Amino acid sequence: MADGNTINTSRRFFLLASAAGGGLMLSGCVTPGDTTDGAPALAATPSKPTAPLVDVNAFVAISPDGTIRIMAKNPEIGQGIKTMLPMLIAEELDADWSKVVLEQADADQAKYGNQIAGGSFATPNHWVPHRQVGAATRNLLLQAAAALLNVSIDELSTEPSMVVHTATQKKIAYGDLVADAAKMTPADPATLKMKDPKNYRIIGKDMRNWDSPRIVRGEPIFGIDVVVPGMKYAYFEKCPVFGGTVVSANVNEIKALPGISDCFVVKAAGTALPTKMGLLDGVAIIADDWWTAKEAGKKLKIQWDEGVSKDESSASYDKQAAELAKGKPQTNLSKVGDVEAAFKGAVKKVSASYSYPFLVHAPLEPQNCTAHAKADGTVEIWAPTQRPELGANGGYGLVTAALGVDRSKVLIHMTRCGGGFGRRLDNDYIVDAAAISKQAGNIPIKMVWTREQDMAHDPYRPGGYHNFEAALDKNGAMVGMTNHFVSFGRPNDKGDMTILASANSPPQEFPANYVPNHSFDQSLMMGGMPTGPLRAPTSNAVCFAHQSFIDEVAIAAGKDPLEFRLELLALPVPAGATRAGMNPQRMSDILKIVRERSGWANRASLPKGIGMGVAFYFSHQGHFATVAKAKVERNGAWRVLKVWSVGDVGSHIINPINAHNQAQGAIVEGVSHLSQKITFEKGRTQQQNFFDMPLIRIDHAPQIDSYFHLTDNSPTGLGEPALPPVLPAVTNAIFAATGKRVRSLPIENISWS
Amino acid sequence: MATYTITVNGKTEKVDVADGNMPLLWVLRDKLNLKGTKFGCGVSACGACSVHLDGQVTRACVTPISSVGAKQVTTIEAIGQTATGQAVQKAWLDVDVVQCGYCQAGQIMSATALINRNPKPSDKDIDAAMQGNACRCGTYVRIRQAIKTAAGVATTDTREV
Repeated sequence: MADGNTINTSRRFFLLASAAGGGLMLSGCVTPGDTTDGAPALAATPSKPTAPLVDVNAFVAISPDGTIRIMAKNPEIGQGIKTMLPMLIAEELDADWSKVVLEQADADQAKYGNQIAGGSFATPNHWVPHRQVGAATRNLLLQAAAALLNVSIDELSTEPSMVVHTATQKKIAYGDLVADAAKMTPADPATLKMKDPKNYRIIGKDMRNWDSPRIVRGEPIFGIDVVVPGMKYAYFEKCPVFGGTVVSANVNEIKALPGISDCFVVKAAGTALPTKMGLLDGVAIIADDWWTAKEAGKKLKIQWDEGVSKDESSASYDKQAAELAKGKPQTNLSKVGDVEAAFKGAVKKVSASYSYPFLVHAPLEPQNCTAHAKADGTVEIWAPTQRPELGANGGYGLVTAALGVDRSKVLIHMTRCGGGFGRRLDNDYIVDAAAISKQAGNIPIKMVWTREQDMAHDPYRPGGYHNFEAALDKNGAMVGMTNHFVSFGRPNDKGDMTILASANSPPQEFPANYVPNHSFDQSLMMGGMPTGPLRAPTSNAVCFAHQSFIDEVAIAAGKDPLEFRLELLALPVPAGATRAGMNPQRMSDILKIVRERSGWANRASLPKGIGMGVAFYFSHQGHFATVAKAKVERNGAWRVLKVWSVGDVGSHIINPINAHNQAQGAIVEGVSHLSQKITFEKGRTQQQNFFDMPLIRIDHAPQIDSYFHLTDNSPTGLGEPALPPVLPAVTNAIFAATGKRVRSLPIENISWS
Repeated sequence: MATYTITVNGKTEKVDVADGNMPLLWVLRDKLNLKGTKFGCGVSACGACSVHLDGQVTRACVTPISSVGAKQVTTIEAIGQTATGQAVQKAWLDVDVVQCGYCQAGQIMSATALINRNPKPSDKDIDAAMQGNACRCGTYVRIRQAIKTAAGVATTDTREV
């Protein structure tokens, strides 16, 4: 300790304590597979408690047999939240994790608070409140024990699932106290003292995915697996052109086909805008099994009114973007310092244009929903959704508006999602199914989309175009930077051109507010497609452009790209600028760590065709610095050999084994994005399935070194922030390997000789 | 309407279908209520629907019921009844492979078939055998590790770095 170095415990988890800035800085690392704590047995099926559960509050119920049921409130999309949030409650409850069973909550905001899988918000938003739920529940058990033993509550403490009378060491199991505890008055959570983190028994331990035993046995736990008595299956064909409507369809011919019980036209709720993610026009086919309904769809003859987007194409977008880039920007969104003077006095100027394509989410479980719009006016829904409630485009909002029912008449059961990535923040498939169920005669139906439909009707990650210029002084310092960003918009109700969802580039993007003179301009063209957030929205796109350009400027300045970034981070706040979000000290610290872990200093010895690149990014309250090592064959075939990722998401990694899984997944997804694109022709998506929209496979997944640097900041989320810097780290590595700068995605034509 | 008799997980099943082209995937899911085998693409491009036919990995989404004949169909629901299958499932839990979990039934079916024919697979063998199974969450690092754990070989990644 004296030298500020490692204390190694029985687990390979260590903390480094060092005096930094006068305060105690906690740092260290957590590697996966440290312990077998929380390893579920293969045969484990949560057995029913031998005595009924007693509800203590909305989240916790305890059985006299000791079983503790904790409700998992948020949608589970693969981010591990079903396991992680209950860990926070269990910690302060001082529960014996082996006696805990987890249950997915229904979508009920009044009972559980906001339920959403988005923005990596779950960790920061629950870190205190969920531990308070645990502490308040524990306090009720302490109150019950105090009354039973006729002692003061101050004489009591707990050990896992037991209240202990300190003086006599008399122990009472939680199960024996629950009946009384449920009758006690809950304390104000703010008055309850929470644990000293050094006494944590659950937070910081590897707790394996709660649902894994059921998943590896193939049990039906996803939305697509739901079976409701009497249900039929639905296939739903929508217009391939965004916002198109049905003029007519051969529904009677389809109805007459063997095995088909019904076929009808569904009309959009409200106007069928091309950007809309709600109930759109289409034709539904109902059968006793889904495949039969889908096959009948091949015989559909639909006359569409293709609407306003029918002539739009990617080629036209690219052309418009190039013209806009040449012209005067439509809007200036940020200006700091004197950009003109900086460029006038520059010793060297660097200019480059970067672009990235539209992307599709493509969670592996196609969109589906089981819905029963009942004759009594109530609607019951089983669906994989990331946003059942929030806003007009939440599941409840869409269903109540389209079916004209009150919120109190609708119940959404949240199933496990076979991936989300932001796709299921939109609930169009839920309102599809609800409307079809109603129109089919109030029968329960399960609607499943084909993969082709999922590709054709996605809230796409928007493409974008960045036109950068940088000014360097005689010391190779970046003294000025401009960006003319070209993106997509559409007039709002008032006729004002408004940027499409997730199509923005934040004007304050680094190195804004670091470089002394900086300006951000924006021009918009009309976009005629639905757009929305894809994992690390905005960041997953603009990080590639900015962190690639910074690399390019570093090379032009004759500097090491990593050291150049450290220089930028050390710049004073320019006059007139305000910084928010990223903490330059935290970012510099992890850049230095990734420099060491990756062996950055030795990269000069790599042969041509192999290179290392660096990037960093702050998003979703997380700081990440990434180094990638890529290999490019002479013919242009490329592969990422290894990625080193260092993250600072605060003082605790709540569930390390899953945290590393999230970082690993984000890295693999980032590499996958480099080969993907969605393009449009005649107002429709050209890609159809995984043969023309490839997902990365195991042979191209890099080796990964994932490391978390612990700091004395409150913990933040991990679903997203590891992703953005992966893309530019790889393309910067490709430059180092080949001398070819990738300025446009997907990566194409990087052969070298 | 035609009736097919197939053997699924050791059990003889009579299935009535309107069309003999109905893929095995939908017979399993909608006719036999075996929901473990997953639909991902419908065109043999993702591997989520992988089952075994006489021990061979087969994409059920492009396998017509009429082509199954007397071949033994094994699905994720029964793979744990074999020693290899159970070892693979256990390794999946130990390594904590799962994120969303949707592809994992297919991954486990492919991994089990790999170890059955090649008890000590190399990284190259794993790449070749598992390329047909996409994981959208990107759990490949752990899939590789879990296959090696199940096979009892060193888990170090030996690929070029």
